[in-house]
Amino acid sequence: MGEMEQMKKEAETLKTQIEAARKAANDTDMASAASGVAPAPRVQLKTRKTLKGHLAKIYAMHWSTDNRLMVSASQDGKLLIWDSHSGNKVNAVPLKSSWVMTCAYAPSGNLVASGGLDNMCTVYNLKTPVIKTVKELDAHTGYLSCTRFLSDTEILTASGDTTCALWDLETGKQKTVFLNHVGDCMCLSLSPDMNSFVSGACDSLAKLWDIRDGQCKQTFQGHTSDINAISFFPSGNAIITGSDDCACKMYDLRADQEVICYQDAALNSGVTSLALSLSGRLIFAGYDDFNCNIWDSLKGEKVGVLSGHDNRVSCTGVPPDGMCVCTGSWDSFLKIWN
Amino acid sequence: MSNNNASSSSVAVAQKAVKQLRLEAKVRRINVSQAATDLKNFCLQNAHKDPLLMGMPSSDNPFRPPKSCGLL
Repeated sequence: MGEMEQMKKEAETLKTQIEAARKAANDTDMASAASGVAPAPRVQLKTRKTLKGHLAKIYAMHWSTDNRLMVSASQDGKLLIWDSHSGNKVNAVPLKSSWVMTCAYAPSGNLVASGGLDNMCTVYNLKTPVIKTVKELDAHTGYLSCTRFLSDTEILTASGDTTCALWDLETGKQKTVFLNHVGDCMCLSLSPDMNSFVSGACDSLAKLWDIRDGQCKQTFQGHTSDINAISFFPSGNAIITGSDDCACKMYDLRADQEVICYQDAALNSGVTSLALSLSGRLIFAGYDDFNCNIWDSLKGEKVGVLSGHDNRVSCTGVPPDGMCVCTGSWDSFLKIWN
Repeated sequence: MSNNNASSSSVAVAQKAVKQLRLEAKVRRINVSQAATDLKNFCLQNAHKDPLLMGMPSSDNPFRPPKSCGLL
């Protein structure tokens, strides 16, 4: 078919054009640009709390905006809400489906959400006298890998069906579906200004989306396997990704390309999760090898490690005030470090 | 029920891919040197308020038990 051949040709031309434009802008890399910066201090964090309560692998955790409460999800079929200062459990939410893969805390503190192999995102109200399910968001045709609230009325989801979606929590319907990945979507991160988000997928690509018009604005390549973790850099101008290819990468949005890669020949485990310190200088990356490695984001050097879990680190999170880092593991424990 | 449906849907897929590539090709890019400088400056300007980078006195650490017990 003439038309297919023409389009294939145009696609190849456009890809070449994009690569050439990126190359033209590639006048240095992050590590070289940061060569004059003093190295980050050797980071030695101690476990301040070990949160015990889950009875099976922990798959996800998320901090509340109050810097104190957090929600964790385990395949023991529960969400637990913790007071991280005391180490006490504040609430337990039994899940209809124990195959949970993600959880989220709403910025207001009123709601939490979870989802997984049930293909649904279930939203719970923590403030009613008894915790109630307020919505079951049911339209994805694949597992729910990640969810994040924009507010008490809107939530974003990423799914194994290769799409992401923005939902209206009042109607329980999808407002916008973000279509472009060709592999399971594994993670998402909201931009600081809340106008866009980035997703990482099993197609080894990260994509930047405009929340309001549903468009994929930019695509970032470089990883050679599934992207399991993604986070915006606090300035909003860059993103960090973590992959099964054992590396983390920083992509700058305005340069539209990778600017530094965080990897080590000795590290041959996939990255499962990542979180940034408040200034963005430190990256806490959880790996399949039971550790969480700490990277200097500017220099690309490993500056510390959090060892203490007896199984894969599946989730990491830094609260908005940057006062600690939390790691969650398949060993069923959460640890708070600073 | 034939080739026509299959080929028209792959044409649609290809059209979509080309459309997306055209959009991405139009992105205005800045040099990595400028991008890197801005990222570096952001880190340096915010370093002093990054507790995990700078450390904190135990008295200010909400996760550390207090050294002395208060009377309840």
